[in-house]
Amino acid sequence: MFRFLFSRIGLLIPTFLGVTIISFGFIRLLPGDPVLLMAGERGISDERYAELMDQFGFSRPIWEQYFDYLVGLLSGDLGTSIVTKKPVLTEFLTLFPATVELGLCAIIIAVALGIPAGIIAAVRRGSFTDQTIMGTALVGYSMPIFWWGLLLIILFSGILQWTPVSGRISLMYFFPQTTGFMLIDSLLSGQPGAFKSAVSHLILPSIVLATIPLAVIARQTRSAMLEVLGEDYVRTARAKGLSSSRVIGLHALRNALIPVITTIGLQVGVLLAGAILTETIFSWPGIGKWMVDSIARRDYPVVQGGLLMIAAIVMIVNLIVDVLYGLVNPRIRHT
Amino acid sequence: MIIRRTMKAALLGASLSALLVSAASAKTLVYCSEGSPEGFDSALYTTGTTFDASSKPVFNRLVEFVRGSTEVRPGLAESWTVSDDGLEYTFNLRKGVKFHSSASFTPTRDFNADDVIFSFARQLDKNHPWHSYTAGASWEYFNGMSMPDLVKEIVKVDDYTVKFVLTRPEAPMIANLAMDFASIQSQEYADKLAADGKMELMNQEPVGTGPFQFVGYQKDAVIRYQAFADHWAGKQPIDNLIFAITTDASVRLQKLKAGECHVVPFPAPADVADIKADPNLTLMEQEGLNVGYMAYNTTKAPFDNPKVRKALNKAINKQAILDAVFQGTGQAAKNPIPPTMWSYNAAIEDDAFDLEAAKAMLDEAGVKDLKMKIWAMPVQRPYNPNARRMAEVMQADFGKIGVDVEIVSYEWGEYLKRSKETDRDGAVLLGWTGDNGDPDNFLAVLLGCDGVGGSNRAHWCHKPFEDLIQKAKVTSDKAERTKLYEEAQVVFKEQAPWATIAHSVVFMPMSSKVSGYVMDPLGGHWFDGVDIAE
Repeated sequence: MFRFLFSRIGLLIPTFLGVTIISFGFIRLLPGDPVLLMAGERGISDERYAELMDQFGFSRPIWEQYFDYLVGLLSGDLGTSIVTKKPVLTEFLTLFPATVELGLCAIIIAVALGIPAGIIAAVRRGSFTDQTIMGTALVGYSMPIFWWGLLLIILFSGILQWTPVSGRISLMYFFPQTTGFMLIDSLLSGQPGAFKSAVSHLILPSIVLATIPLAVIARQTRSAMLEVLGEDYVRTARAKGLSSSRVIGLHALRNALIPVITTIGLQVGVLLAGAILTETIFSWPGIGKWMVDSIARRDYPVVQGGLLMIAAIVMIVNLIVDVLYGLVNPRIRHT
Repeated sequence: MIIRRTMKAALLGASLSALLVSAASAKTLVYCSEGSPEGFDSALYTTGTTFDASSKPVFNRLVEFVRGSTEVRPGLAESWTVSDDGLEYTFNLRKGVKFHSSASFTPTRDFNADDVIFSFARQLDKNHPWHSYTAGASWEYFNGMSMPDLVKEIVKVDDYTVKFVLTRPEAPMIANLAMDFASIQSQEYADKLAADGKMELMNQEPVGTGPFQFVGYQKDAVIRYQAFADHWAGKQPIDNLIFAITTDASVRLQKLKAGECHVVPFPAPADVADIKADPNLTLMEQEGLNVGYMAYNTTKAPFDNPKVRKALNKAINKQAILDAVFQGTGQAAKNPIPPTMWSYNAAIEDDAFDLEAAKAMLDEAGVKDLKMKIWAMPVQRPYNPNARRMAEVMQADFGKIGVDVEIVSYEWGEYLKRSKETDRDGAVLLGWTGDNGDPDNFLAVLLGCDGVGGSNRAHWCHKPFEDLIQKAKVTSDKAERTKLYEEAQVVFKEQAPWATIAHSVVFMPMSSKVSGYVMDPLGGHWFDGVDIAE
């Protein structure tokens, strides 16, 4: 098991280095630069332009800038935003809990609904229920997030007025951010109604963000279950007279879960990508919105630091999935 | 350490709860702003979103724009005098003006001349300890308005008198001092931050003399202010002001309709009719202080010939552009300055859309089978919400007079850079939004000889025009300046270095409970004087 773990961690190092090069180079490959964008229509003289590029350190050879970036990374310094003048890591840590909170809720919804939906569809293969579930999953998978989010806002917040339009909590609640997780902070604040308000603000964005992963998980569960249900040992279990729920729950599901776990792990990347749009629609102050703003402003340190952190998170989650995979299926850790 | 943090959080929570209790019975106005502020030290930045959240609620300036106009009135300076040679501006400061206090700072003295000197010296003097107090502090607006070349020195005459000595006469100087970069900071607060080794807080926890006191900012989500009870002009009608950051225009409108905010900026043009029809909402509108134009490269043949430029201007169907691009949120432009600006020459006649006349003028100029490029901006701006569509409308009409148009575009930074090049191939679509309400800020910046190769995208340097605007720049008499600028607009129209396209109309939807809101022609959002019915 340890050998398996070390080999997986060993793979992370070159991947991480590759990500530093991509995150550093990617934003610089885009035309335009932060000084020109900052000056806008007002323009800037050539001398002043050169002075500012020097000041930000962007006029130095690219390899020198990259080397400084790597040295900074080793000491935990991701650089300083050229727009807000704050350390990138501080900004990331301020905003990240909001994204995690939203992502966790979304993945819980996706798993809690997606796996049972997939099982039901597989067990009732070819039936009306199966077709309805898979049809809905296909629609969910193809739904443009921006349109879907606005549609839900207009219906549930505008017409029915069941949920708030956007934000993380009602503006009447104001308490310090102890953990950054609004559900926890609202409980800690002791203010009556704060937790309920935080939950009500989470509902719509979580549903929107969960839509695509839910569809993917449901489809994956169905296909994995169908495969397993046709196996000899399932037939044997049935022949032994085990109840249908026992066969499905104990024998089939456990093996069908292996590819589903991989799928759930891969959905972390999908969630972070989806968070960019979801956070924009719901004015959710997370890292997705932060990255979009920074790309538009060519805030190099934020974009490269943010990309690196996001990539690191995806890598770590995939590592955890690999380990879980190994635990669930011992054959994997020996290959 | 953990115990200390928990206690600190508990104490902060207790004080915030106290604020909340008082807020429960207080009047709170929620403004759904369109974006996050970059910081709270406005002199470091150039964007309206940042100014709305920093300089406008929290700070004052020596002089202020009269709400709803570009006229200037006394602010922290009660009065001022200008020397006969126009080189010395002496300001008599207001007495008894209090600064806000914050969790880490309680002022011990009132505003005085030291604060004025500090606020400008940190931008002017490269050796000032606060010049580079935060990474990449570039004081871009101060530099952009040529203040380092213009201001020779700032002298403290006494505690309540300050003198600005200039290197040359500059009529727009007073208007410049009403701009956001000229907000007055507290030197005492700066000293305290420097002593505590927390200089960066100047940009995060602002302390000013303005109508609203900063309470807190939750990044990308909410900014909170409280009315400043000791404000020199009196306390505001509302008690709390909240900026709820909401970047999407459709979501802002839904929040307004749901009562989650009271005032929202920048509605989507398609939503304007819906807002007008809603009895619970009020829609204010005003012409923006901007102009959208197409600048020919007047150094390249055949566009160096005013007749050719005039002919092309006659082939532009502005009404079609207003319909297709502005969707009712614009008005045709005939001058390079907007109608809301003083010295606007209303008597000038616009070039009427006449394809036959345009074709005849081109023939007269000996131009046949003309091929040209039109540069379309890749971004949306109030003065041009869809440059590509605008270029397409022009392309179709130019085609009818035998002019073959190719539309080109670049990434925004590249677009701005390449469009400055004097050997640029093609006419460029661009625009301008006024900074200080002074005509010099349009005519000299965009059409003056100094701007060739820079902000003068037409690369047009025409002596009769230049003489007029230079004379106006050093003339302090406003009536005289008005005459000079009116004349300059006549020269501009004859020479046609640009095709002036449109001025945008800015809409401001709000709850009908809101009263006292005045739209700012300079595009800012101010909440002093605003009230809300319970």
